[in-house]
Amino acid sequence: MTAADLKKQKSDLRTLFGWLMTGLSGFCLTLTVIPLFAVLIFVTIQGFSNLNFNLFIKLPPAPGLEGGGVGNAIIGTLIVVSLATAISVPIGVLTAVYLSEFSGDNQIARGVRFATNILSGVPSIIAGVFAYGLFVATGILGFSALAGGIALAVLMLPTIIRTTDEALQIVPQDIRWAALGVGAYKYQTVLFVVLPAALSSIITGVTLAIARAAGETAPLIFTALYSNFWPKGIKEPIATLAVLVYNFASVPYKGQQQLAWAASLLLIFLVLITSIIARFFTRKKAY
Amino acid sequence: MTTSPYSRTTPLASRSDLEKNLETGFKFLTLTFALGIGLILLAIATVIFIRAWPAISTFGLGFITNNTWNPVTNQYGALAIIVGTLVNSFVALLIAIPLGLGTALFLSEDFIPANIRTVLVFMVELLAAIPSVVYGLWGIFVIIPLIKPMGFWLNQYFGWIPLFSTKPAGPGMLPASIVLAIMILPIITAIARDSLAALPPELRQASLGLGATRWETIFRVLVPAAFSGIVGGIMLALGRAMGETMAVTMIIGNSNRLSFSLLDPANTIASLLANQFAEASGMQVSALMYAGFVLIVLTLIVNILAELIVNKVKAKY
Repeated sequence: MTAADLKKQKSDLRTLFGWLMTGLSGFCLTLTVIPLFAVLIFVTIQGFSNLNFNLFIKLPPAPGLEGGGVGNAIIGTLIVVSLATAISVPIGVLTAVYLSEFSGDNQIARGVRFATNILSGVPSIIAGVFAYGLFVATGILGFSALAGGIALAVLMLPTIIRTTDEALQIVPQDIRWAALGVGAYKYQTVLFVVLPAALSSIITGVTLAIARAAGETAPLIFTALYSNFWPKGIKEPIATLAVLVYNFASVPYKGQQQLAWAASLLLIFLVLITSIIARFFTRKKAY
Repeated sequence: MTTSPYSRTTPLASRSDLEKNLETGFKFLTLTFALGIGLILLAIATVIFIRAWPAISTFGLGFITNNTWNPVTNQYGALAIIVGTLVNSFVALLIAIPLGLGTALFLSEDFIPANIRTVLVFMVELLAAIPSVVYGLWGIFVIIPLIKPMGFWLNQYFGWIPLFSTKPAGPGMLPASIVLAIMILPIITAIARDSLAALPPELRQASLGLGATRWETIFRVLVPAAFSGIVGGIMLALGRAMGETMAVTMIIGNSNRLSFSLLDPANTIASLLANQFAEASGMQVSALMYAGFVLIVLTLIVNILAELIVNKVKAKY
């Protein structure tokens, strides 16, 4: 065999196959990324022309009329998502504290982590059916912002647990030893040393969970329902941006459809900005 | 003898009862919440099962094999809807698997500079961040009009295949599956890429050292080694696809008729729930709960399998 034989032949079938596969996989990547831009550009074009100050402060118009805004849905989304956050963050963070700080990776911890993963696979509509079956149908709450918040909380929990669990495990062991070494209790170590050290990552995780929850529709359509008026309280049906988009997308009125596009743009903007900010913050690690 | 500067003159204060109680109390509190997660999962299944019981006892397993959905006569059978759920997910996977794997392979190799790759990986993640209802709206106004001429073409030239035997009505199984495929692409891509990236570099080096080309290495060494991770990711995507609601509801057409044609409107369990729940009462609620229970069982099986497969891979390397 001469040295020339060892040289890669450009026309070699294996080389050609390589080129072909590289091109094909690059093509797959292009096809995958196109929808992102297609959705973003289309929603921006459709929604941007309807962006104005009224959008934020007015109620949706009566069917057939144009103008108006989605002020009630913006406030409604804030209320429902706040309720969901208030329910899911304490449960999620304390669960993660148990997993990372107290369990010592025992059988219980493995079971809870497994349950968390399974919970994250539960379809979002099922969370709605669950909240409906437990709180709405029984008459405990009825169709209400609170029932919607509970359904969203179920969906937020796995994300919060997982990100908090990871954030706590990244905190170096030395810090815990140092705290225990100067005589702190385990609970003091966790509350005043470990949790503050992991705070920025935990907030990132919670922010991501909130962003996802804000865009969820399925759990809300038969728990929080919808209302064309300003929110009256957390025990009343309430409008949210996501449900508004769903309701207005299927009506034949132009004014309603325009509001649906504008609301979509707000939703996408909200979700993308939080995702990008969260991403930016995870880059900066405290340790 | 001199006294040590470290010797204590006062004894250490003993720990107060309050603090001891706080310590055990806090630990107990976290344990309670942790166990609560399992409880929530159990409660979801139990609540829905109890609510579905009137329908389960009335229709039994016939619910799954019958195809009538008639709120007027209170006859319920979900065959078309269950088939619709499975076909919808299957077609979406058929589209998403090759695209997702191709993307994952491209992003796990060094064809392009690392920082551009990071941006592209992030973009694929962002696909998962777009709310489902926005995909639905986009599907109604972009995908359905875009697919319709293609549907007519398929029907004209391939109408003899049962899959394309009807004229497209606009909303239908095909556009819904395409949008669903876009929505599950990020899961397949992310997990496949992670499992490829987690492989020890020695595998690649050994293969290249033996004279294999890059793509021979990928197909004969890397993909087989990461295979169970990739399959796990696909299973997770399947679970997500079966439960996906809003986008599918808005595009699939919500018809309970059983049809072979992908161009016909169809229905899935999730979109049935989304459509009828708010206005349902009596036995219909129960039947919807039964359908929801079927969906839970389907997704649980798929997710548990996926979880076991992914965990096995983590243990391997």
